Amino acid sequence: MSEAAITLDDLTLAYDRRPAVQHVSGVFPCGSLTAIVGPNGAGKSTLLKGIVGLIRPSRGRVTCASGRAQIAYLPQQAEIDRSFPIMVGDAVAAGAWRRIGVMRAIGPDIRGQVQDALSAVGLEGFARRPVGSLSAGQFQRVLFARLLLQDASIILLDEPFNAVDQRTTADLLRLVRHWHGEQRTIIAVLHDYEQVRAHFPTTLLLARRLLEWGPTANVMTPANLHRMRGMSEDWEEAGFCLPEAHR
Amino acid sequence: MISQLYALVAPFLDYGFMRRALVACLALSIGSGPIGVLLLLRRMSLVGDAMSHAVLPGAAIGFLFSGLSLWGLTLGGFAAGLAVAGVAGLVARHTMLKEDASFAGFYLTSLALGVLLVSMRGSNLDLLHILFGTILAVDDQALLLVASIASLSTLVLAFIYRPLVLECLDPGFLRAVGGRGQLYHLVFLVLVVLNLVASFQALGTLMAVGLMMLPAATARFWTIQVWSMCLTASVTAFLSGFIGLLLSYRFGLPSGPAIVLTAAGFYVLSIIVGRHGSLTARLPRRRNYRG
Repeated sequence: MSEAAITLDDLTLAYDRRPAVQHVSGVFPCGSLTAIVGPNGAGKSTLLKGIVGLIRPSRGRVTCASGRAQIAYLPQQAEIDRSFPIMVGDAVAAGAWRRIGVMRAIGPDIRGQVQDALSAVGLEGFARRPVGSLSAGQFQRVLFARLLLQDASIILLDEPFNAVDQRTTADLLRLVRHWHGEQRTIIAVLHDYEQVRAHFPTTLLLARRLLEWGPTANVMTPANLHRMRGMSEDWEEAGFCLPEAHR
Repeated sequence: MISQLYALVAPFLDYGFMRRALVACLALSIGSGPIGVLLLLRRMSLVGDAMSHAVLPGAAIGFLFSGLSLWGLTLGGFAAGLAVAGVAGLVARHTMLKEDASFAGFYLTSLALGVLLVSMRGSNLDLLHILFGTILAVDDQALLLVASIASLSTLVLAFIYRPLVLECLDPGFLRAVGGRGQLYHLVFLVLVVLNLVASFQALGTLMAVGLMMLPAATARFWTIQVWSMCLTASVTAFLSGFIGLLLSYRFGLPSGPAIVLTAAGFYVLSIIVGRHGSLTARLPRRRNYRG
């Protein structure tokens, strides 16, 4: 297999000193397309945040071969204020942050890239519309356009198809496959098992600890999924529920 | 017609104190309008309110040392505002209390403490002066201070505008791409305190946020972009100042409340007839859904 894009080494992530992800080790190879699957409270979002660097590991470490600047991260939609008064084009241009920073002007080249990105996600001519007027699906397309502007070699998606209509999901999945074809490394937190089986060659099964990590057909077996559900029931019986990132 | 127009400007032509009050309103509007908009978008409206009260004990300590002098009140107020903003932020980060609750706790404390401190040495008139401000008594020195703060605030805001707006929209994204959101947040808090200290001169601690939050809330109903919202807020704030001063002159009303009530009038009007998300803007759409 090709070289490692991201390496997790005994990674433990905690909120308020209570561990949400424990002792995860493994490698995301360059160009891999991985789904992260697990029950509620399994630490899936936490793991993504740990990889991006939004949460500092309390043990172990994350190594990113090309540096964190090469990671683009799509948070859950619930964390973004959709009524915010901003134009679609400006929201997409934010993807160029690493190039424009605080001061540099948004020139015609970036404007052009914004147009291209909007057409790529099926929102041609939406640049001058306010974000507040979009549906949930259209808003998710805007966030994908922003990812396009980031032009990163590693892309992390946190529940990208939640609360999104079927057509949008299909369009955006096509975009994800396109990225995969361009040899980008993609990691997505997903709930829909059918989607995972159909589109994601590799799956990481997480229940605070790493249960399985490998080819989707070997990982998404009834036995493994049953084991995963059993673990989440154990936490609920133990009565201590950890904060999931989006709560 | 000409004479009616003249009536609108006559008080400002005739009296120096009215002119200074109007210029103070202009400076405050330019400084506070955008700050109010960003506070609103960051869902920190009440935090602004709390911080304006937090200015009080500092100003009171300044008062104890130097009476109603400009620099005593300003420096004291600035220091106290910063301290409360910092401590409330720390409490929110290190305890289970949410930021708004910790701000509420601090501002009640500072309000009580401030009133107590002023009463120890001053008269009730001094207390009124500090609580409600005296925009008609703004002298050249105070005017210079207010105008400098407005200029500084506008300049700094222009520098940190992009990351600040991005951080409002999607804080996780900014952090993920390596933008230092926390740093800009801190700079922004300093600007908030500075502007509060400026409007404290004119409107007092109790109503200093009047020209900050009411015009910002008004602008939300008319605009769909941050920059136009800032502009609308500043214009509304200045109009409120202008109309409020005229009303207070004509009918012998206290000027601070007249200005804030005028701003409130704009706000209520916008709730009803504003272009975006107001009561009337929502009505026809609902009918369409039914039909």
